Amino acid sequence: MQSNRDNDASIEQPATPPPGAEALPPGVIVPRRRASDRPSIDALPDWCNLGITLRVVTSVNLLFFGVVGVSARSWGVFVSGCLDVAASLEPILFASLLLGCLARRLLLPLAAPWQVAGNLAISVAATLIVEALLGPLSGLGSGYAWRDAALAATVCGAILYWAYLRSQSNLPALAEARLQALQARIRPHFLFNSLNAVLGLIRTDPKRAESMLEDLAELFRVLMRDPRERVTLAEEIELCRQYLAIEALRLGERLQVHTDIEIGASGTLVPLLLLQPLVENAVHHGIEPSTAVGRIDLEVARNGSFVDILIANPWLGERAKRPGNQMALENVRQRLNLLYDLEGQLTTAVKNGRFEVRVRLPYTSSPHEHER
Amino acid sequence: MSTSADPPAGPPSAGTARAAARVLIVDDEAPARARIVALLSDIADQFSHEVVGEAGNGREALALIETRPVDIVLLDVQMPDMTGLELARHLAALPVGPAVVFVSAYDEFALKAFEVHALDYLVKPVRAARLREALERVTRLGAVQPAVIRAAARAADPRAREMISVHERGRVQLVPVAEILYLKAELKYVTIRTAQRAYLTEESLVALEEEFAESFVRVHRNALIARNAISGFERVEAVSEDEAGGEPHWEVVLRDLDERLPVSRRQWPVVKVLIKG
Repeated sequence: MQSNRDNDASIEQPATPPPGAEALPPGVIVPRRRASDRPSIDALPDWCNLGITLRVVTSVNLLFFGVVGVSARSWGVFVSGCLDVAASLEPILFASLLLGCLARRLLLPLAAPWQVAGNLAISVAATLIVEALLGPLSGLGSGYAWRDAALAATVCGAILYWAYLRSQSNLPALAEARLQALQARIRPHFLFNSLNAVLGLIRTDPKRAESMLEDLAELFRVLMRDPRERVTLAEEIELCRQYLAIEALRLGERLQVHTDIEIGASGTLVPLLLLQPLVENAVHHGIEPSTAVGRIDLEVARNGSFVDILIANPWLGERAKRPGNQMALENVRQRLNLLYDLEGQLTTAVKNGRFEVRVRLPYTSSPHEHER
Repeated sequence: MSTSADPPAGPPSAGTARAAARVLIVDDEAPARARIVALLSDIADQFSHEVVGEAGNGREALALIETRPVDIVLLDVQMPDMTGLELARHLAALPVGPAVVFVSAYDEFALKAFEVHALDYLVKPVRAARLREALERVTRLGAVQPAVIRAAARAADPRAREMISVHERGRVQLVPVAEILYLKAELKYVTIRTAQRAYLTEESLVALEEEFAESFVRVHRNALIARNAISGFERVEAVSEDEAGGEPHWEVVLRDLDERLPVSRRQWPVVKVLIKG
């Protein structure tokens, strides 16, 4: 394990298990938390995240329209009041979110109080700038710039507090998700069958047995890693290839694999073990239960700021359904939801006799990108 | 380990000087079969045997068993198409079926079911000593009762079978359940009727009714009809010579067969709902 000299003292102590690790089964080695995993990070909402932006815009608008509604005597007054408010509210709101998104990287390394102060300052600055620009044009809000700035700072503070509460209440859910990630990782069935296959190959084909054990070791090395880590998509795809190589030895020609990976997409960061459980699922439900030759597709493409992943396997019908069906899908879906909110999606469909899993997530390029 | 003179066909435990046991290996994964073959050759000195074949799925195994006598089947539980459990049930239908030793990588349900019914099984990766032990035990005890295999298989995998196996002239015939029009109890046997022909099985109508409750409905004390084979019902007023005893009653009209089956008065309320719903 590498030493993190710039970390807090509490994180530096080697004997202290990482918070949330108590629930892990014994014998599972979890690396120490990295600096980026400090809980204070969770308190700062990601203004660049579509889901969070949407929620903030909606709730702030509802709040202000509600205030107008309380004092309005008629529908006409209410509507014109809302329009008045919206004329200055929306520019300020969007300017604040834009600045917040831009300044996020700068604020992230700072301690929590400074992050809060920075965000409040951004909301004040955004208000003053917008009113300075719009004031002369519309005549609205001029002269009340400082009052509006104070109002903006109050709203911003309320949102930060809400985000803090939300992150607190999310902690048990995160720990649970981690545990699920561990549980869904490997089917015992796969482990014992693979070991049995290696034993079967050792005498007749020692070379292949060797490479199978190497792949198996590599796979288990990844399985022992901290599930919260992120890896590049290329690494995750390599893991899938190793997994499929093991299965190919076992299942023989029944397993065919087709991959189409766009190079431009494979640099993105993804949660560890995002795809491997889905590929394992595809083999478990699409290839193993049938005597016929079956093909697994793994396609990755970049679409603007998103990466689209497709995993498809032959659909053998309801009858071939095997127990533990929804586990892997539900697990990956939950992790996407926790990490990307509305921007990460997992959808499934049966099309032309094939079961398709589509994953869409935002392209994240920086190797030092922080979680949420 | 092939013996030059073929020992007389019969139960393996019968001979005083033990003849080489004829072993068939059934597993869908080639490396897994190779492993068993290697282990068998390791224990050849302690357990006299002969590998008479390898099969990659249940159908291959059934075909092999028709062509040559087999004493012991080493049977993988999790196989595509026809699972080891289903194959074991078909083998149990043979008059002199081979003894079965189940092999499973990891299947909690199956292993629990085997334990409950005191069936011997091996877990993958198999060890030579354990394999020998299982082979010796099964040679000593012979094949397990078909009823025990059936019960264990039902416990391990509660889904209904897709095939019913029928034993005819030393061969195992597989009748797809989807093709069956009706099942009718007659004296000692149950008649299985498809559009083409009829088969006989020794399985009980009660057990069949329980297993195929989803696709079959009881219309009479002695008959189950496939729900999708019913095309309609007809009221018979006239005195007829069949078992309904001449009273007015309803009869099932079948879709693909020009044959009527009486509906008993007791079952009519259950059956008539089908046509109205």
